Amino acid sequence: MSASAPQLTAPGQDRGLREVFSNPFLLKLLVDKEIQIRYRGTVLGLLWSYIKPGVQFLVFYVAMGVFLGLQRGVENFAVYLFAGIIVINLFTEAFSNAARSVVANGGLLKKIYLPRELFPVASLWVAFVHFAPQVLVLLVACVATGWRPGFLQVLAALAGVVVVSVFALGLGLLFATFNVFFRDAENIVDLINMVATWASPVLYMWTMVRDSLWGWVYYVYMLNPLTVSVELFHFAFWEPTTETMAWSVPPHLLSLWTPVALVVSFVTLFLGDRLFRRFEGNFAQEL
Amino acid sequence: MSAIPFKKPGVVRSEDTVAIRVEHVTKEFVLRHTRSMKEAFVWLLKGRKGELSVTFKALDDVTFDVHDGETVALLGFNGSGKSTTLKMISGVMHPDSGSVATRRRVAGLIEVGAGFHPDLTGRDNVYLNGAILGMTRAEIDEKFDEIVAFSEIGEFIDTEVKFYSSGMYLRLAFSVAIHTDPEVFLVDEILSVGDEPFQKKCIRRIKDLVRRGKTLVVVSHDLDLIMDICERGIVMDHGSKVFDGSSVAAVAMLRNRPPEDVQREQNERVERRLADKRRERREQAEAAAARGETWVPEYDPELDDPAELDDPTKVRRSLGN
Repeated sequence: MSASAPQLTAPGQDRGLREVFSNPFLLKLLVDKEIQIRYRGTVLGLLWSYIKPGVQFLVFYVAMGVFLGLQRGVENFAVYLFAGIIVINLFTEAFSNAARSVVANGGLLKKIYLPRELFPVASLWVAFVHFAPQVLVLLVACVATGWRPGFLQVLAALAGVVVVSVFALGLGLLFATFNVFFRDAENIVDLINMVATWASPVLYMWTMVRDSLWGWVYYVYMLNPLTVSVELFHFAFWEPTTETMAWSVPPHLLSLWTPVALVVSFVTLFLGDRLFRRFEGNFAQEL
Repeated sequence: MSAIPFKKPGVVRSEDTVAIRVEHVTKEFVLRHTRSMKEAFVWLLKGRKGELSVTFKALDDVTFDVHDGETVALLGFNGSGKSTTLKMISGVMHPDSGSVATRRRVAGLIEVGAGFHPDLTGRDNVYLNGAILGMTRAEIDEKFDEIVAFSEIGEFIDTEVKFYSSGMYLRLAFSVAIHTDPEVFLVDEILSVGDEPFQKKCIRRIKDLVRRGKTLVVVSHDLDLIMDICERGIVMDHGSKVFDGSSVAAVAMLRNRPPEDVQREQNERVERRLADKRRERREQAEAAAARGETWVPEYDPELDDPAELDDPTKVRRSLGN
């Protein structure tokens, strides 16, 4: 017994995100739970994840494209718009759910020990479950407008998803920690989500930022990982369907801005993870 | 006749058999009245004058070791720090100073049903809660029927648990918790689950764990039961450890009575209970013999050795018992 006895270790000291992925079964159950609870008692169930972005798209299309006349300047404006909307939807859902996940599961966290980063990560997976059908709709629209993707386009779309998810998870971990100590955080999260839609070229074109503001604003604008993700989606899904556009995605998107966005996202995740783990020992008594 | 049959022979106390080590653990709680940034900001602007929060010492320099196979009760009045100690051991909370260490898989019969969600079915909750308590999918698959049988939920297993009665809810939650298989069990005041037959079943199950050599740390206010289950008692008062010794002496201290009297009463109670059980068995055996049936007694950890379970002619274990 003595030779094989494992070492005495402090309980509740986990290995952060690695711990989360070492237990995929529990993660899957938590994701299933979230989805079941979200659509409990509904007739349409997961169909709502088609209806909501559909309506959102219609409203923006009519308001921005028809009333404000943006569709005259952009070929295939519908595809342009929808590609951006689904990226932002992925971000806002993953971010706001991750930021609320720790407080929402407080009853469990303060009674039983389990890797606490499971909850923000589960929120990200739930966001993916809602993201997938939207991508499907986008693909149908793209194919209908003559989309012929190349290898580079697929890679760009994947990079866009990675940037958004890592950035959302990083910010989610940061705000999940704030939220335990100050419930004001939830309001800040809502504020960020509102700004996020307008701080990236979803409803307008990046050229407007370049042409109507000082030069340096453009560089700050491009440092936002969401801008880069949206443009990566435009590059992957919208650009191949256009023929007569005078402009396209920002220059150096793939060679410069994508690596920058990846770095910014992963730094955010690193900081979020650090902060979360620094304070998670106090979650049980603060919740 | 002072030996209480189901208690195990002495536990080896050496450095190699330490299962839980609690060293100089101190924990303070912040009694904060507000959770707004505004308040914190105003406090910073005023040059951090005064206390933003009031602290309260929940644990004050607590030290003890628990060895493999020991059965330890944490005793004390409300607010003495028992549950906080258990939370430290389970890893839910971390000490402010001092250290807690565990060696093997520790799981809690703490706050049963904490991982239950009312909108999921009983089946989904068994899987979710089992996984939360550290079971793998294969383990839950294997034990699922036994868990359901033990809980006596039957056909309601595919109903959402919000439609369960509170008794059904607790029975299912307890049943999941007791079927996890850690080396060290933490038990917090949950032995009062359900109606009397179910309580008896739970207590028998816990006595079975003791007999199989599991390490137990129990928090309960049922002092008679504590003396049945635990050999060792730690008495806590206002966050400090004030006594560490036999459970009978610990109970005597809490009841403010001579330990000899408490021990004598405890022995009498156990003798009476065992005599009742033996008589009941004898009567059942005679009744079966009169009907010409072969009869095998149901396993009882207070009367039978768990090794006898391997021989179906000696004792039987019905599913869910």
